[in-house]
Amino acid sequence: MLDFPRWKVISIWLVIAVLCALAIPSLLPQRITDSWGAFPHPRVNLGLDLAGGSYLLLEADVNDVATGRIEAMREQVQTEMRRQDPRIEIGDISTRDNRLSFLLRDPTQVDAARERLTTIAGTGVGMTGQREWDIQVVDGSRMVLTPTQAGLTQAIDTAMGDATEVVRRRIDELGTREPTIIRQGSNRIVVQVPGLDNPQALKDLLGKTAKLEFKLVDETATAQQLASKQAPVGSQVLAYPTNPAGIPLIAVKRSVILSGDQLTDARQEFSQQTNEPQVAITFDSQGGRKFAQVTRENVNKPFAIILDNQVISAPNINEPILGGRAQISGSFTVESANALAIALRSGKLPVALKVIEESTVGPDLGAESIRAGILASAVAVALVVAFMLVTYGRFGVYANLAVVINVFVIVGVLALIGGTLTLPGIAGFVLTIGTAVDANVLINERIREERRRGRSVSQSIELGYSEASRTIFEANMTHAISGIIMFLLGSGPVKGFAVVLLIGIATSVFTAVLFTRMLTVQWLRRTKPKTINI
Amino acid sequence: MKLLKLVPDHTNIDFVRLRGWAFGLTLLLSVLAIGVTFAKGLNFGVDFEGGLMIEERFASPPDLDRVRAVVDAQNLGEASLQQFGDERTLTIRLPIQQGADEGATNAAVKKVETALSQAFPGATFNRYSTISGKVSGELIRNGVLAVVLAVLGIGLFAIVRFEWQFGVSTVAAIVHDLTMTLGFFAVTQFEFDLNIVAAVLTIIGYSINDKIVIDDRIRENMRRYRKMEMREIVNLSVNETLPRTVMTSVTILLALGALLFLGGHVLRGFTAAMILGIIVGTYSSIYVSSSLLISLGLRADPSIEKPVRGTIDNAERIAPREPRA
Repeated sequence: MLDFPRWKVISIWLVIAVLCALAIPSLLPQRITDSWGAFPHPRVNLGLDLAGGSYLLLEADVNDVATGRIEAMREQVQTEMRRQDPRIEIGDISTRDNRLSFLLRDPTQVDAARERLTTIAGTGVGMTGQREWDIQVVDGSRMVLTPTQAGLTQAIDTAMGDATEVVRRRIDELGTREPTIIRQGSNRIVVQVPGLDNPQALKDLLGKTAKLEFKLVDETATAQQLASKQAPVGSQVLAYPTNPAGIPLIAVKRSVILSGDQLTDARQEFSQQTNEPQVAITFDSQGGRKFAQVTRENVNKPFAIILDNQVISAPNINEPILGGRAQISGSFTVESANALAIALRSGKLPVALKVIEESTVGPDLGAESIRAGILASAVAVALVVAFMLVTYGRFGVYANLAVVINVFVIVGVLALIGGTLTLPGIAGFVLTIGTAVDANVLINERIREERRRGRSVSQSIELGYSEASRTIFEANMTHAISGIIMFLLGSGPVKGFAVVLLIGIATSVFTAVLFTRMLTVQWLRRTKPKTINI
Repeated sequence: MKLLKLVPDHTNIDFVRLRGWAFGLTLLLSVLAIGVTFAKGLNFGVDFEGGLMIEERFASPPDLDRVRAVVDAQNLGEASLQQFGDERTLTIRLPIQQGADEGATNAAVKKVETALSQAFPGATFNRYSTISGKVSGELIRNGVLAVVLAVLGIGLFAIVRFEWQFGVSTVAAIVHDLTMTLGFFAVTQFEFDLNIVAAVLTIIGYSINDKIVIDDRIRENMRRYRKMEMREIVNLSVNETLPRTVMTSVTILLALGALLFLGGHVLRGFTAAMILGIIVGTYSSIYVSSSLLISLGLRADPSIEKPVRGTIDNAERIAPREPRA
């Protein structure tokens, strides 16, 4: 027992010193640590419930990805069959039941068709090298393309990766401080933006797919066709809420003249004639050429500017638009024009995202919660410290030192691992203060017991530590089991709580067992007491 | 300095004697708790129910009927109002908006906020959250799964480290703690949200802590006094660990008390749940898990060799027979 080597003493103090030092930046006001510049100062992040801000959980519709893929495949198939000689004539192409099927006009071309399809059906994905599409021939002349699960999973994964990037770019454009954007599960994105004043602007921005398309207006569509939403062949009926003609619908050609992918820039500006807000866009060289060509061929015809499958305006082409610059006008406000510009600049979301969970905490409440939390923690520490002192005397002082160091160490560890302190986290903190002394209570009670049984001072302390250590291990293991489960399954507040709890369990064992033991041993060696007051 | 002793030395309270009564009472309370939970149901927060929750702070204590009238005028479904924290703070809960797309929910939040700030100058929102039915379903599933896994994991740990009786009695005691907590929430109709699940898991953690300490002592005493009656061993162990049980409960209750009174209104339900859990957990450590050990037929077996470290003088020893020559 009295054998406590010097290297152990030194390393215990070293660990404590390092972890406590890590806690210091978090306890200082931000403006001080900011002035440290490059000197590392990890801080504990405050959760949104403390800092104020918005939390959004976005979800992509997986079916959209599937449908989008099939539509894209349909275009690819049509081009591929026409591209090479001999052309392969195909009949109606159908995309029903989540698969693509079409009829070959000439059944002898089956093998050639299959060969061409193979080139576009993907070579293989993932570890298993599974194909992205299965190709079947039914009744000798009908080709059926079915997307494989592996291909779909891969496509969703890619789409979500891209979507996360787009979301990040859009939020960065808003100029907010330290947003967190994390992919969660297969089709979700968590967005946390601290201290945002206007969560609505954020949601408006993220809710936009920003799929921009230019299509020609189909002027042959009759009012009757529009009303029944039955467009002529090769056209489709789209919503046009601000249609000056009165009905909020319009028919446009299916084929896309140009899409937002070919944009290089988008800015909000004011129209020189009407002084209304509008969005100025710039195409890349290829897009600019295409735009020039189409507008030249269609002078005096209207074309539709379509955003997320909704027509926002359908101006007349008065003259060919050369030079790759155009403007989009509609009934914009400055904010909505700016939001559209940001959305277009940051690119199209590969898949629409829906907000399925949202919470916003006002900055006042957050500040109040922090004040209350700090006050409660301080009072809790003071009460526990006083109580331990009157109960165990000198050994209480040791336990108290352990608790106070434990508080610093938890903050230090949280800062080190980049953890986030949430409101329940503060509760976990306070609870840890309460339970941290449990280990010392166990040890000290055991020492009292052994003294009562008539053992000598050093024997009692020796047995107190060794017997209690086993109990402390068993008890903390079970406590940790529930903490780990909370961490794995919990979301949001539960997770924040679990992190603090787990750190607290680990650090309290270290400080309560090892640290106090070291102090006790050093005292024993110094004074060699015949009796102890415990 | 004279040190404080909450529990006198050498207590000898016959806890086990009251076991029969305690079982009866526990059973009765458990049945009542389950009955109330089913009859009244829990007041689920938006986390689990889905819907939207707006916490609004007013410049002065508002007239509840007027607030209700203003919210009802928005035609967003039945609103439930609840005072929260101080008199100036109110939570307004509304059901999931039909049409299900998030535009509808956003519009609803906006409508309520605008209407309230017009009707009550100086009213600002503290926070709001909206959760779709789909997510709330997942949260319930994960919450239940977490609790079940925690209970199973701990039971398994107790079986591996101790004996099967300890596992069974510990799990029984946790189920008791859970039932009581749910009953408490059903009776008081405090809001049951995700934070409360965290509190419940913590209660499990703490309660287990407590039981393991006593179990550990029982195991130790079983080895030390191998011929002693089980009920005596349990009594002795509970008495021996009583000072620790009381001390630790007091320190934790001190810390939680600080949190309850000073920690702000957002955490109040959470803290209340934990305080209740600690009281219930301490009771169940003595009267459910330890006492159940006797009923489960655990007893020190004198025929099993006492594990010896090193050699003790005059100890009987057993070894493989030496091969005959």
